[in-house]
Amino acid sequence: MKRSFIANNPSVLIFIACLGLFTLGVTLMSEAFGTAVISTSFVKTLGKTLCLCLVAIAMDLVWGYCGILSLGHFAFFGLGGYMIGMWLMYARTEQIVVASLANAEIPPTAQEVTDAIGNQIFGVVGGSDFPAIWAFADSLAIQLALVVLVPGLLALVFGWLAFRSRVTGVYLSILTQAMTLALSLYLFQNDSGLRGNNGLSGLQNIPGAEAIPQSEISIYFFWASALALLLGYLLAAWVVSGKFGSVVRGIRDDEARVRFLGYSVEGYKLFVFTLTAVIAGIAGALYYPQAGIINPAEIAPIASIYLAVWVAIGGRGRLYGAVIGAATVSLLSSWFTGGQAPSINLGFYTIDWVDWWLVLLGFSFVLVTLFAPKGIGGLFDYLVRKGDAK
Amino acid sequence: MSALLEVSGVSVSFDGFKAINNLSFQIGPAELRAVIGPNGAGKTTFMDIVTGKTRPDEGSVLWGEKSQNLLKMSEARIAQAGVGRKFQRPTVFEDQSVFDNLLMALKNERGPLEVLFYKRSRADDARVEALAEEIGLADQLHRTSGELSHGQKQWLEIGMLLAQEPRLLLVDEPAAGMTLAEREHTTDLLREAAKTRAVVVVEHDMEFVRRLGCKVTVLHEGSVLAEGSIDHVTQDPQVIEVYLGR
Ligand SMILES: Nc1ncnc2c1ncn2[C@@H]1O[C@H](COP(=O)(O)OP(=O)(O)OP(=O)(O)O)[C@@H](O)[C@H]1O
Ligand SMILES: [Mg+2]
Repeated sequence: MKRSFIANNPSVLIFIACLGLFTLGVTLMSEAFGTAVISTSFVKTLGKTLCLCLVAIAMDLVWGYCGILSLGHFAFFGLGGYMIGMWLMYARTEQIVVASLANAEIPPTAQEVTDAIGNQIFGVVGGSDFPAIWAFADSLAIQLALVVLVPGLLALVFGWLAFRSRVTGVYLSILTQAMTLALSLYLFQNDSGLRGNNGLSGLQNIPGAEAIPQSEISIYFFWASALALLLGYLLAAWVVSGKFGSVVRGIRDDEARVRFLGYSVEGYKLFVFTLTAVIAGIAGALYYPQAGIINPAEIAPIASIYLAVWVAIGGRGRLYGAVIGAATVSLLSSWFTGGQAPSINLGFYTIDWVDWWLVLLGFSFVLVTLFAPKGIGGLFDYLVRKGDAK
Repeated sequence: MSALLEVSGVSVSFDGFKAINNLSFQIGPAELRAVIGPNGAGKTTFMDIVTGKTRPDEGSVLWGEKSQNLLKMSEARIAQAGVGRKFQRPTVFEDQSVFDNLLMALKNERGPLEVLFYKRSRADDARVEALAEEIGLADQLHRTSGELSHGQKQWLEIGMLLAQEPRLLLVDEPAAGMTLAEREHTTDLLREAAKTRAVVVVEHDMEFVRRLGCKVTVLHEGSVLAEGSIDHVTQDPQVIEVYLGR
């Protein structure tokens, strides 16, 4: 009866193989370690895509498996990005400041250095004092811990309040939208302490790694993203495979019934919500150094809705579906909106994809919802079943 | 024999309509009891109150030797304390296998972390197989439960109930939609279960209740109209008027 975890989850093995081949392929074609067929900026795009796949897995866990349609998980993603961004920006600015003051006749005091860094970072929002939330910005270790702690604690508190009062369905979705909207509006303010709408920038410059070219750094981040995706996938597959997965899917299908079996539904929801928020935070912390900049627009409510669309198109309730959905849609999106997609000239009107991509995406979403509720992933199930039947 | 469950003076109203009206009810630790009554008599609402789904406006519900107050406990805690429930519509987890359904119900630790690190033991496997045998689904263990027939789903749900090892079983219309043979099997299961625990069966079908051969409580408009043997209550003029004579 008993079989190993991998034997019970053949899709995990396939996923590991695909991800491994993909990583190897990209490395061999990169500028830094290969034939330079693909540009550094495209390596970054691919690395970012892997991070988006990771946050999509989190979304699939919370929505596809546990039935909580959270429309706020991009807030956790963004917070992870901000936490690592603070260290990147601080440490980088510190180097610049120290270098520029090195030639001064009187060696600068520690206070002068700090003031100069503050001036550099907060000049754009008319300030120079470090807000309290930057207290640990000089410590990489602490900021890394915050990547996990800040989204985790926010999710824990928010989830505890929401689930305890039995907020479910549409109401919960609206509440999560309100959360991400509030957070984004707050960050837009100049005195939020995170540079308002300027956000944090220059994040692609890794302090202490100036000697390493971006082409190489991009590959390291690509690898790190692939590794994080791999670990995230394995963790998620393990979580949903056993009895925990049974209970969580039971909650999705009929939460009252699970309650009468003696399971505290609220506890499970809170666990899944918080765990996925942490995964989202880690994904964000890997994404933004590759993007180079983070600003409050990133966590606008629409971003979390896109996340749900990716998972729906990919096929929720199956982890590879989330990966396929996020990769396909986000890559297509950057192709269409990047101006590379050829416009279609209809004679009387020219379809310019930069403007029409969202319409296409919206249509696809409606079509998938109506005709293929299991998404692209459902197609695989269908093919597998056909193969089995033979 | 002291009571396992003691419901006294319970009332509940929905938007001014009294669904349960000063209801009192007792059952011993190893007793089979049938509850009958016309549609809307409050039978399901009574179960909702005992299982914590509906909170009554007044009255008390006491449980076990220590007379715990069930009204202060959450649904999950009440279930853990030993109250199992089968719903009127069969509710099994349709996209999971019969095995997984039973395993989920099996008496074990219920906390998220314990469940996350749960490893199936040989004893648990054996227990699930024994239960499947008992409910006639031994050869269906790996089927998706959505594919089962209506009667099989009812049994699966009864199996899940037994898997919880509750001290009190509340069973809402178990025979609905079953064939005659299936009904007989169900009566046997319930009678067997009642040897070691309390079982409350809500049922419309008189023949089924007669076959259970137990004490009967008749509910009407949210309170107890009559109580006693099946012959006793079917001869009660009030019962005939509101229920049987229609
Ligand atoms: N949540 C609710 N809100 C409003 N009214 C309710 C609610 N639950 C039950 N009722 C009403 O309370 C009364 C008792 O309902 P209940 O379901 O307990 O009856 P029942 O005896 O189980 O009937 P049946 O034999 O049809 O299952 C009914 O009139 C019903 O409409
Ligand atoms: Mg009923």
